[in-house]
Amino acid sequence: MKRYSAFAVAREALRNHIGWERAWRSPEPKRHYDVIIVGAGGHGLATAYYLGKNFGITNVAILEKGWLGGGNTGRNTTIIRSNYLQDPSAAIYEKSRSLYETLSQDLNYNVMFSPRGVIMLAQTQHEVRGYQRTAHANALQGVTTQFISPSRVKELVPIINLSGPRYPVLGGLWQERGGTARHDAVAWGYARACSDMGMDIIQKCEVTGVRTEGGKVIGVETSKGPINCQKLGVVVAGHSGVLADMAGFRLPIESVALQALVSEPIKPCMDVVVMANTVHGYMSQSDKGEMVIGGGTDGSNNYTQRGSFHHIEETVRALIETFPMVSRLKMLRQWGGIVDITGDRSPILSKTPVEGMFINCGWGTGGFKSIPGSGWGMAELIAKGHSPLTDAFGLERFHEGRFIDESVAAGVAH
Amino acid sequence: MLTLQCPYCGVQADETELSAGGEAHLTRHGPGSTEDEFHDYLFTRENPRGVHFERWRHTYGCGKWFHAARDTQTLEVFGTYKAQCTEPPKELRDAITAKRPGWTWREFS
Repeated sequence: MKRYSAFAVAREALRNHIGWERAWRSPEPKRHYDVIIVGAGGHGLATAYYLGKNFGITNVAILEKGWLGGGNTGRNTTIIRSNYLQDPSAAIYEKSRSLYETLSQDLNYNVMFSPRGVIMLAQTQHEVRGYQRTAHANALQGVTTQFISPSRVKELVPIINLSGPRYPVLGGLWQERGGTARHDAVAWGYARACSDMGMDIIQKCEVTGVRTEGGKVIGVETSKGPINCQKLGVVVAGHSGVLADMAGFRLPIESVALQALVSEPIKPCMDVVVMANTVHGYMSQSDKGEMVIGGGTDGSNNYTQRGSFHHIEETVRALIETFPMVSRLKMLRQWGGIVDITGDRSPILSKTPVEGMFINCGWGTGGFKSIPGSGWGMAELIAKGHSPLTDAFGLERFHEGRFIDESVAAGVAH
Repeated sequence: MLTLQCPYCGVQADETELSAGGEAHLTRHGPGSTEDEFHDYLFTRENPRGVHFERWRHTYGCGKWFHAARDTQTLEVFGTYKAQCTEPPKELRDAITAKRPGWTWREFS
């Protein structure tokens, strides 16, 4: 693989850009791999990358039914933060956020990580108390956050209206090193690095069955024929229940649509990410100038990547009160992704009832920020059978009543 | 927009009048059940990509709970029926099998 650098850009500029090679290979599948990862989204590719980088396992295939990064990796609002309440969550999300800091250098691919800061607005007394509690918890966990006053919020976000009649701003939870990154680049960067280590990324290859023998996984059936493996990692977000069904077990997960929208591009007006969980809305400005807006989830099960329009309406209605200037913006696009929601709103990184099969799912509405940390922990789980990052996130926690309850702590938006 | 006919008041209700109540026909394991059964009742869900039975409430109408059969892959609504049913009515099951060959009702949890 030729490295990307300023020198490479100059060299190619002088010869009509004929020297750029494909970022990753598109091989036909082999008959056998040590590890097969199902799902070439951010989490699946990151899992494969850290399997190779941290554990030297490179005989790996990553199977994707559509195209690389075409699911929720390309559909989220790219927010990165780690201000969670519970210790296991803070550990994995902070690991993730810290890996983002140097991800561009690690991958030799510009993921455009922008630690511009994230504010979560407190708009009810309940939220004020909740976020103050989170700020104290974060201090103990070594996550740098602080509870800030409305006047400090106004300094950071001049376009905000602090004194809306329904949703006044009473303060905010401020994480200075949170921010955004370019979501496609994260998937592409990991894919390029995986391919460079000799891993096979096989797109348009749908897994149609999981083959087991004596309770142990031996391979998968795919639209490109059967492929054998010793270990299988399932990292397919909204479709986790479908894959689990193939292997004969069920998951504590429901799949629902989560929507987002972007406005027309405008001049720079907001250089932080603002989340307003009371009103199910969050907003940031992309490098192109579009206001990127995320909404809430639907209440009903859905696999169509289309959500209900009235949720968009609710989000925009509330944002107009907090950001009056939004009322003058035209919205360009609106889309949905299928998120996998667990009972305690925390992910599942776990062994399964089938030996050799591992599952990474349930990230719900907050998967993008956790891509590097999730991949790091999942790779360790697959390679060694356990990981300090993932041990608390096992499937057995629902049996044992040992929830990682973020549904109250994190509100709705993740 | 999703519309469902309330089987009680007969109104063809918009989604904004309704609240979703999750998967229907769960077996309500209570005292005396095993841990596995209680776990399944509380957490495990079918979550199918396809025919799905669910509970809805006509919140901003008559206020009553009812059942609906939908396809989560196409958003087609097969029909609604009253809450006092432990399984979907036979006509509805036959109608779904006619539209989705090979589909049959099975007991969940």
